[in-house]
Amino acid sequence: MTKVYVPRDVVALALGADRIAKKIAQLAAARGADVTIVRNGSRGMFFLEPLIEVETGSGRIGYGPVSPADVTSLFDAGFLTGGAHPLRIGKPEEHPFLAKQNRLTFSRIGITDPVSIADYEAHDGWKGLKKAIEIGPAAIIQEVTQSGLRGRGGAGFPTGIKWKTVSDCVDDRKYVVCNCDEGDSGTFADRMVLEDDPFMLIEGMAICAVAIGATKGYVYCRSEYPHGARAFNEALTHARAAGWLGKNIKGSNHSFDIELRMGAGAYVCGEETSLLESLEGKRGLVRAKPPLPAHKGLFQKPTVVNNVLSFAAAPYILAEGGAAYAAFGMGRSRGTMPLQIAGNVKFGGLFETAFGLTLGEIVEEIGGGTRSGRPVRAVQCGGPLGAYFPRELFDTPFDYEAFAAKDGLIGHGGLVIFDDTVDMADMARFAMEFCKIESCGKCTPCRIGSTRGQETIEKIMRGENVSANLIVIEDLCQTMKFGSLCALGGFAPYPVLSALRHFPEDFRPQTAAAAE
Amino acid sequence: MPETPIFDEDRARLIIAEHLGLEGPMLPILHALNEELGYVDDKAVPLIAEALNVTRAEVHGVLTFYHDFRRHPHGRHTLKICRAEACQSVGSEAVAKAALAELGVSWHGTTRDGQITVLPVYCLGLCATGPSALLDDCPIGHFDKDKLADAIEEVTAG
Repeated sequence: MTKVYVPRDVVALALGADRIAKKIAQLAAARGADVTIVRNGSRGMFFLEPLIEVETGSGRIGYGPVSPADVTSLFDAGFLTGGAHPLRIGKPEEHPFLAKQNRLTFSRIGITDPVSIADYEAHDGWKGLKKAIEIGPAAIIQEVTQSGLRGRGGAGFPTGIKWKTVSDCVDDRKYVVCNCDEGDSGTFADRMVLEDDPFMLIEGMAICAVAIGATKGYVYCRSEYPHGARAFNEALTHARAAGWLGKNIKGSNHSFDIELRMGAGAYVCGEETSLLESLEGKRGLVRAKPPLPAHKGLFQKPTVVNNVLSFAAAPYILAEGGAAYAAFGMGRSRGTMPLQIAGNVKFGGLFETAFGLTLGEIVEEIGGGTRSGRPVRAVQCGGPLGAYFPRELFDTPFDYEAFAAKDGLIGHGGLVIFDDTVDMADMARFAMEFCKIESCGKCTPCRIGSTRGQETIEKIMRGENVSANLIVIEDLCQTMKFGSLCALGGFAPYPVLSALRHFPEDFRPQTAAAAE
Repeated sequence: MPETPIFDEDRARLIIAEHLGLEGPMLPILHALNEELGYVDDKAVPLIAEALNVTRAEVHGVLTFYHDFRRHPHGRHTLKICRAEACQSVGSEAVAKAALAELGVSWHGTTRDGQITVLPVYCLGLCATGPSALLDDCPIGHFDKDKLADAIEEVTAG
């Protein structure tokens, strides 16, 4: 029997993986080959998807990108025994894109069947949770603190301190809430955890629950991820059946269960207090802080709200120790970050690496420049609320503080690459438009500011009073930055101001400049 | 055009009742009504308000806050086309414009035969293989005119 791996990650599905799997099964039957198809996750090399793999005597051999039309020629080339074919890439783990990574969190992704609990266990699964139950809350929090892990959602708050705060609260109920409202364009790491290694998230949340004494957890997943939601729900069922969730986890005195809740298309619900309101069944309006969610969170109870990637880092940290995680990284940015290289890029995908690579290395060397083959002009880092970086800033190391020093943010680790055909005034306009569409409406700077911002940039684009309107936009951005309640209105100025500062030529149409 | 909807009150009450054991049941109820009945009829609002012991205004507030909840029936299929930055960087706006023209609708519109409603979406997490789209539950990478035609053929045949 030969095992053939055809990914079930939505990227592979979007490029025809289901049809490929069907065709392999048909041809195998027709040719009398004994084939078992395993639907694994994605390795994160999206430029090779659908990347199918065959288990041979000398390891797994990959072929990609495969289209349904290639399946016959793969059989003819003897791919079931690793035969030569133009699409053959050799062993996936030896591919330069993977070989250069430090896969601590994403170590299983693409290798295992995401919903097979046996596969998970065979690949170091549950080690962290076993250790957590053994060492107890105080020692768990010490490991997480020592790891230097900072909130991977974007804000970068030290995870150990957050867990300690909730652990110290005394209350009859506490909650673990996972923010899986990954709305930033150019990010897909949360989605991949959900689809391709859901047990890791369950384990991470359970570790947190043991640390803080919570009995109930929620994953708030955006509705744009239906495939991830299905995979996660399936994993929940298996985890419950195996005793990793529910009453007295694996015979311990810790009880914990998780429920998946779907968002409903509101970007602002990725903001933690808005997310809590939404979970409670209300409009996703941002809450004023304090009180912090750690003190009064879901249903006014002490709550840890962490991003998927923060929880996903916990199993490794517990299994291998906080010091092992902290050995990666630079400065105050410890451990690894799953970079998501996206947009107009040649080699796009998930690249988990220690902090400290420069932006230029990531974009030019790892990403290989643009897919269109034209020069890279701008890179938006950290989602729709992140700054646009020009080539002149390509020496900036990927690190929370270094990016902040250049008026940018690393956010959730997404990098969207644009070639030289991009109109930066239009991108600035879009940033305001997006903020307008997604504003929850609670505070004026965000609600009105984004509307006026879009109008003003449109005036500039039409060449109306350009100099005066540029001053208005600068002023408006300052108001939004300092006057908004949350990061939506507060950070929307980042893309706008960075576009203005680094690409001023796009804001002075030739005609307008001549007229003034 | 979509046929005039008939609100199935008994079914709605049943759906609401199924979710009352949850903490914060409002969104799960609205999602269930949206999916099972195709949209959330205004007539469901007082039923939810009564079951959750909140005002109708509160239910209305939640219903209208979220982009996903439909207040009128949509087409049989939903095509979501991504308009976020990563897709824009590979020309999604032009592709979207062509798709809308091909289907003869504007954003949020439904084709004349009632088959397809086209919605904008801001990121599907398919950011290195754009432009991206989602037709019902079927993701589409490198979205273009040909892919649109193939996908439509597939869902309308099934």
